[in-house]
Amino acid sequence: MNTIRRVAIIGGNRIPFARSNSVYSSASNQEMFTATLQGLVDRFNLHGERLGDVVGGAVMKHSRDFNLVRESVLSTTLSPQTPAFDIQQACGTGLEAAMIVANKIALGHIECGMAGGVDTTSDAPIGVNEKMRKILLEASRAKSTGQRLGSLAKMRPGMLVSPTLPRNGEPRTGYSMGEHAELMAREWNISREDQDALALKSHLNLARAYKDGFFTDLMTPFKGVAVDNNLRADLTIEKLRSLKPAFDKKVAPNQGTLTAGNSTPLTDGASAVLLASEEWAAAKNLPVLAYLSFSEVAAVDFFDKKEGLLMAPAYAVPRMLARAGISLQDFDFYEIHEAFAAQVLCTLKAWQDEAYCKEKLGLDKALGAIDLSKLNINGSSLAAGHPFAATGGRIVATLAKMLNQKGSGRGLISICAAGGQGVVAILEK
Amino acid sequence: MNDGYLNFANSAVGAKLADALGLPKPIVLDRYKEGQPVIKGSVLVGGGDDAKLLPVLAKIFKSIGAQTVAHRQLPQWLPLANGAGLMSGRWGVDDQPGEKVKALVFDATGMTDSTQSDALYEFFHDAARSVLPCGRVIVFGRPPEQCANPRQATIQRALEGLTRSLAKELKRAIAVQLVYVAEGAEDQLESTVRFLLSPRSTYVSAQVIRVGTPVGAGGTPLNWDKSLAGKKVLVTGASRGIGASIAEIMVREGATVICLDVPQAQPGLNEIAAKLGATAIELDIGAADAPQKLVDAAKADGGWDVIVHNAGITRDKTIANMKPHFWQMVMNVNLSTQERINDALVESGALKSGARIVCVSSISGIAGNNGQTNYALSKAGVIGMVQSTAPVFAKHGVTINAVAPGFIETQMTAAIPFAMREAGRRMNSMSQGGLPVDVAEAIVWFANPASSGLTGNVVRVCGQSLIGA
Repeated sequence: MNTIRRVAIIGGNRIPFARSNSVYSSASNQEMFTATLQGLVDRFNLHGERLGDVVGGAVMKHSRDFNLVRESVLSTTLSPQTPAFDIQQACGTGLEAAMIVANKIALGHIECGMAGGVDTTSDAPIGVNEKMRKILLEASRAKSTGQRLGSLAKMRPGMLVSPTLPRNGEPRTGYSMGEHAELMAREWNISREDQDALALKSHLNLARAYKDGFFTDLMTPFKGVAVDNNLRADLTIEKLRSLKPAFDKKVAPNQGTLTAGNSTPLTDGASAVLLASEEWAAAKNLPVLAYLSFSEVAAVDFFDKKEGLLMAPAYAVPRMLARAGISLQDFDFYEIHEAFAAQVLCTLKAWQDEAYCKEKLGLDKALGAIDLSKLNINGSSLAAGHPFAATGGRIVATLAKMLNQKGSGRGLISICAAGGQGVVAILEK
Repeated sequence: MNDGYLNFANSAVGAKLADALGLPKPIVLDRYKEGQPVIKGSVLVGGGDDAKLLPVLAKIFKSIGAQTVAHRQLPQWLPLANGAGLMSGRWGVDDQPGEKVKALVFDATGMTDSTQSDALYEFFHDAARSVLPCGRVIVFGRPPEQCANPRQATIQRALEGLTRSLAKELKRAIAVQLVYVAEGAEDQLESTVRFLLSPRSTYVSAQVIRVGTPVGAGGTPLNWDKSLAGKKVLVTGASRGIGASIAEIMVREGATVICLDVPQAQPGLNEIAAKLGATAIELDIGAADAPQKLVDAAKADGGWDVIVHNAGITRDKTIANMKPHFWQMVMNVNLSTQERINDALVESGALKSGARIVCVSSISGIAGNNGQTNYALSKAGVIGMVQSTAPVFAKHGVTINAVAPGFIETQMTAAIPFAMREAGRRMNSMSQGGLPVDVAEAIVWFANPASSGLTGNVVRVCGQSLIGA
């Protein structure tokens, strides 16, 4: 039985994120993820190296990409003997992948590994019309030509023009993610002004981070792009105020507060991190940016109990804090994924709500407020964009570098995911 | 001075017609506009074994703000670039070509044997179709004459054949240069890389440039867009054409300019000087006392930093028909005068340390030309002067280089009969004539305080003219 080891974060890499149907519209998940992994291999000179495992995934995936991560690994200069597998936990995919690799390292099963994620909503899988799919399957099961022709004769021209499109919505409620976030904003009484202010800060922080060269060794250019193309360095509060509500029609007619400015756009991109045991890092003479020390996942009953769909991190964090024996205020940095400005603000408000913390989270008292000057200081998803499975890797690498720059400290990661789930972690140096 | 065919071939109808008839299709060249970045688009980096310039190149690309990607033959590039504070990555995924790039840069300095040439094939084979119009290609090598052994000198000399062929093959106004960097001269590269990557070098192609150890007190400009701030520059023949353009670009670069021309050119001279806020000197430089007068003027002005010998005359006749004074006048103005002035200025100390002399030669001096025995003699003489005085002036901290213009659209070339003019214009890799500003930009590059490693160079501004290659 091995003892539990510290898990070192060596570095990260991502390609610039790009709004859906823009510069990466012809790039596949595999192409983007390969480029991202290859950048990490190049940065740490891991050519020909056999890693313990590579774990990653995509939320929007073609059926042909059943082995996306392994196929991507085979396209890099890593040893072809590096195993890999796919996972999927919606927007939590990237962080969950890091947790899986970290746990294997902690238990001594492997010495090093990569974790990440990729998503494209441009090169999306489009299925054939559901009726047509059934007919085609029936035809393929047919035992004679006559039966086959009989099945195929049921096809109608209309089936060709109404394919099955992927949708960004909750299957159980029929509401889109934005509509759920709008409902949460109403429940917690989050103002449009506060949401716009958070969005503006995200853009200004990300722009400053680029200007400071913060991302120089965390990114590789892709398709000639070197900056997230959702970033608006010259964004103003007036511009944000001028945008119309985007998700109000079904859930809050004429009272919407969520706009295209304070919500993340559909985005294409990929990210990955390199994790290892301290021994492996030392043997390779690689620096350790930070350590991944705690993680937790939670889920809420958003259907029967009508809990806010994106409130699961509010549950996950106190459970993790209890295990770590620290309070919400014991952090130097907070990286709360900005799926929507409203999601961040609802979570922060919930932690300050005595009744919510006692009744829902089962705590003695409210967790309290955080120092907002420590929140997403190098920008987050509102500015960078949010390629679902790639966000976790972006945040882990960003926070690890921030801790390394500071020299010591502790950072909290919180990511909400579809299906009412939340994935959170603590990084330390 | 207006190339009507260039406009026609770039029109909707004209482009179709040119395709159908197989006519040349010149494209409108990128030209530098004040304040624009050095290069718009990515730089693809490649290199052979033991590529020695990579750390220096990473620093320069960082300084320029260039976006770089590396060919898979250079897996070491990314950490190196990151170390220099530069974001970078690999070009293409899974051995497939990546995005279109604006420039290709190949470091061949480590090549020591002809058997190592495969890296060149691999890089240019993969990337040839991925260079944007008006793109740039630079190959870096070691000067063959300074190589340690014959094998190394041979492969380094061989690079010339590659770059000159690429310049013809890549078309679409893509310029290709070979830069030989002497050992120990690595830190002298920035002004040259900036010039060659930028639209400033738009009409310079298939050239071989030698960068050596620094001469005199140079320096890095505080602002590369005002590279000659605080410098005093004399431009001869400045009343019109190329000379006027040189004066204008020097002023754009922040220099204080002294425009010189003969007394007969006074109206034009005064007009240019007034327009640019420059000083005007009327002087017949062919006169015996001209060198002393210039020395006195320079000393009175606190010393000069840059001398541009642009003044030149033609008196064309076949030698059998040429009168002796045509011969003597051309030789005196175009060559002997420059020799006397240079010697006087350098020896008297009227030039500051780190001063630059830039001469204007001509394609005629390289290829020869019917009816121009006198002119070609003088312009080839300018090349001889540059090469022979470079080591002498280096002891005084002064560099001397020359540009050799090809077909440049000026009043002088507008006077050439139509058929000959069209031939002159199209018979180069750009299928068009250059502009005076193209010559001026090359001169400004030599004049740059950071160009201390450049001396004894003759660079043609000719769009890779088919004549005199």
